[in-house]
Amino acid sequence: MTLVWLILIPLIGGLLSWQSGRISNAAPRRVALVSMLIALGLSLWLWVTQDYSFTGAGFSAASTGVPQWTIEFRANWIPAIGASFHLGLDGLSLLMIVLANLLGVLAVASSWRDIDRDQGFFHLNLLWNLAGVIGVFLALDLLLFFFFWEMMLVPMYFLIALWGYNPPGGRTRLYAAVKFVIYTQASGLLLLVAILGLAYVHYDATGLLTFDYHDLLGTPMGASVEWLLMLGFFIAFAVKMPIVPLHGWLPDAHTNAPVSGSVDLAGILLKTAAYGLLRFGIPLFPHASLEIAPLAMWLGVVGVVYGAVVAFSQHDIKRLVAYTSISHMGFVVIGVYAATDQALIGVVVQMIAHGLSAGALFILCGEIQERLGTRDLRQMGGLWSRLPNLPPLLLFFALATLGLPGLGNFVGEFLILSGTFLVAPWVAVAASVGLILAVAYSLIMVQRALHGPVHGVAAAAQITLTDLSRRELTMLLTLLALLIGLGLYPQPVIDAARAPVHAFEMIYPDAARAESVPAPTGVAP
Amino acid sequence: MNAQTWALLPLLITTATVVAGMIGIAVRRAHRFTAMLTTAGIGLALASLAPEWFADDSASIAVTGLLVVDGIARFAMTLILITTLGVLTLCPAYFSGYRDNREELYLLIGVGTVGALTLATANHAATLLLGLELLSLPMVGAVAYTVDRPRSIEGGVKYLVLSAAASATLLFGVALIYAESGSLDMEALATAIAGAGLGSPLVTVGALMVLAGIAFKLSFVPFHQWTPDVYEAAPLPVTAYLATVVKLGAFVAALRLLHAGVGSASPLIVSAIVVLALASMLLGSLLALKQTNLKRLLAYSSIANFGFLAVVLALPGHSAVRAAGVYLVGYMIASLGIFGVMTLVSSPMGQRDHEDLDQYRGLFWRAPFRATVLITMLLSLAGIPLTAGFIGKLAVLAVGVKAGQWWLVGGVVLASAIGVFYYLRVVNALLTASETVPERDAIVGGWGRRVSGAMLLLAMIATLWLGVFPESLFTMGRQLVFP
Repeated sequence: MTLVWLILIPLIGGLLSWQSGRISNAAPRRVALVSMLIALGLSLWLWVTQDYSFTGAGFSAASTGVPQWTIEFRANWIPAIGASFHLGLDGLSLLMIVLANLLGVLAVASSWRDIDRDQGFFHLNLLWNLAGVIGVFLALDLLLFFFFWEMMLVPMYFLIALWGYNPPGGRTRLYAAVKFVIYTQASGLLLLVAILGLAYVHYDATGLLTFDYHDLLGTPMGASVEWLLMLGFFIAFAVKMPIVPLHGWLPDAHTNAPVSGSVDLAGILLKTAAYGLLRFGIPLFPHASLEIAPLAMWLGVVGVVYGAVVAFSQHDIKRLVAYTSISHMGFVVIGVYAATDQALIGVVVQMIAHGLSAGALFILCGEIQERLGTRDLRQMGGLWSRLPNLPPLLLFFALATLGLPGLGNFVGEFLILSGTFLVAPWVAVAASVGLILAVAYSLIMVQRALHGPVHGVAAAAQITLTDLSRRELTMLLTLLALLIGLGLYPQPVIDAARAPVHAFEMIYPDAARAESVPAPTGVAP
Repeated sequence: MNAQTWALLPLLITTATVVAGMIGIAVRRAHRFTAMLTTAGIGLALASLAPEWFADDSASIAVTGLLVVDGIARFAMTLILITTLGVLTLCPAYFSGYRDNREELYLLIGVGTVGALTLATANHAATLLLGLELLSLPMVGAVAYTVDRPRSIEGGVKYLVLSAAASATLLFGVALIYAESGSLDMEALATAIAGAGLGSPLVTVGALMVLAGIAFKLSFVPFHQWTPDVYEAAPLPVTAYLATVVKLGAFVAALRLLHAGVGSASPLIVSAIVVLALASMLLGSLLALKQTNLKRLLAYSSIANFGFLAVVLALPGHSAVRAAGVYLVGYMIASLGIFGVMTLVSSPMGQRDHEDLDQYRGLFWRAPFRATVLITMLLSLAGIPLTAGFIGKLAVLAVGVKAGQWWLVGGVVLASAIGVFYYLRVVNALLTASETVPERDAIVGGWGRRVSGAMLLLAMIATLWLGVFPESLFTMGRQLVFP
């Protein structure tokens, strides 16, 4: 039942927050903050009290019998078509949920002031989006997974469409919102078709119509069928990740989204795709995934380089940060498909570190925009001399983004690269170019925003510049401390991720061994 | 009363309601009374079906050789009556401001419902045709009901000519098949159609003509041109009726005639249906993209939606019929909700309904309740999860994948993606801030409006409830088997 509460708290909090708009203008955000803090507390409590040394994921589970989860919950949902309300928690889901709840708190806090109308409805959407995300991280029934996957979509659409920005001369927020929905909906339908296809392949083989993860693991199927189904999953996750060339929605969504929407998108939503690959995309189709791995890794490299190069040439600081996300998620793709122990640990650390650093950068972009009224780097400059706290923090998070040793991002990227080098040295070599490019785009951002002569809008706003408030400082310093902590002592995270990563790491050797056997074995009981 | 009378009770009660309404009007014209009488009669008819929902057996009861009350018939009758009730709740609010006679509309809708119920139970070519005509002809009157509006007569005549042509085509097709098979029984006709092939030219031509006639009624592409014009010309509650009950009645006939049940269908007919389905869903979606008139947009959306449903006709087995049932429920509720909101925004009567997208700009900020219902229903039609529409799409996709009809599955995916775009265009319009408030927009009060509002609230709750807990949809669909 604890798992259900993890999903219910944001759902109920959202409803309460929506209705509390009748009481006063400030009530919704307070209610939302409190409910996200409760959710965060609950997930941290789960981390401290539970044992994460085993997992039901992956193939070791399928071959050894009954998969075990740290906490599991199962209830009837649609028995007529074999879908159940099946949730499971292991170390990987736990880390992702803690990250989601943490960034959820920050998302609520970061929109404390800039949302001026319909606060209640805003927080309803934000919290329901988070509930969908948490559902994705917990679902062990493929139909349920899809349900939550799509549940993230509509609230995000409203967040962008109703509270987004219309940058002067740029696309409107409605354009960005619709683009986001169409990308994700089209790919989502592919995912649905693939899920249905898998269920019917399983039905043909066993006579049992089910969407349960345990049952579907190790479904025997022909090579071409496996390829097609795998592609359905892969494309859906590739759009959300995003993998170049399916990234078109991301820069626009970020450009137009409100601050909290951006924090939510970059920090959490993108991670659902990587999680989906780790939990479903690859374990369900090991052989096809093994075959597509080289291509996927090179696509990751393309993403790393492309994101970095395009980021370098952006004038909109938020768009710049958006493109760095593409670059960083490229590393995640590489690590996932390299699938060595080190690389996978790196993937987990990288996801968390990127969630924290990108979240912080988007918050800072919002602060800058709030103060200057623009996000155009050409209009900035000379901020360093005029504000005591904001510039050093921007510098710190820029350094984190470029992978400065001692910070979380470095640990993640280094582990991914060294882990990948073992299996695909040239991919690792090519991807390390991204580290150099990261230095270039991070420093040019710092240079253009903070240094140089005061000019443009920044000069016009000479008198009114105020520094970060206590609320903003608390948020950013928390993120700063977490990033340093993750960089210096990542062991708690690694410990929690150990078991799922180990289970996952076994998939490829298993699949490679089964290559010689004509039909894959190991049907789940 | 014997079992056959019991089984036919909904049809009998509805007919009696129409007669009673007619007498009532002859005695004294009273809008409110006629509305209530018709609503009560339809409600009673629905209640007479209630025992059957809880009975596990879906016994097939033949009433003479002409009608049969089986699982499909019961399901369709229930859905027809519920939807008719929904449409009826919209009428009083809408027509209360109409200057001319208002009462006859209820008769027209009542007679149409009798036709739809006949179609749902038809087991013979005679009842099939009777049902079709009983359903279509009152609609001609209903479409042209507001005669002082500029386009009403045009729409009515268009509907009259085309539906007559469609019926004639269907009739001709039936006659050709009869020439070969010698039986006018629906089952015999269906068997003959399932056996259509190059070896039997008469039956093949007949089957294709039957298909064309039904395609007219269900407005499959390329037989769809009348739909947007008629939708646009008709008063909104009538448009709602056209989009829901009329199509539902015709679809049941299509199921009985064209779906081969568990047997094997004629490959020729199946490929013809596949082409119609693909053309309808894709062209319907594409034509909806640029529409700025909401009624026309919904007309194209209904073409696309019935394209999705046509998928079911091409797939064998009971599960396909069940999927159609699941889909229909979601579609009916969503259409009813959308047209209901439009009715509430449009009424009282003016020269034109509120149908231009611009008139809906910013509705969310002016009328949050109505806009929320509208958004929910649009998302349901778009097939976004948490709504009943998604479950319908899931069911159709599932049977498509199961049968390995990849063209159809691909078409559904593509058309749905396009669909999201144009539904979201409407949602966007609702959400944009607008300064100009159309004059007829924010009128409140009146018992009719409260009734409509309650119906819309119910519909929204049903959409969301069925979207999250769809088990009842699937159990309801279990009745849907061929005898």
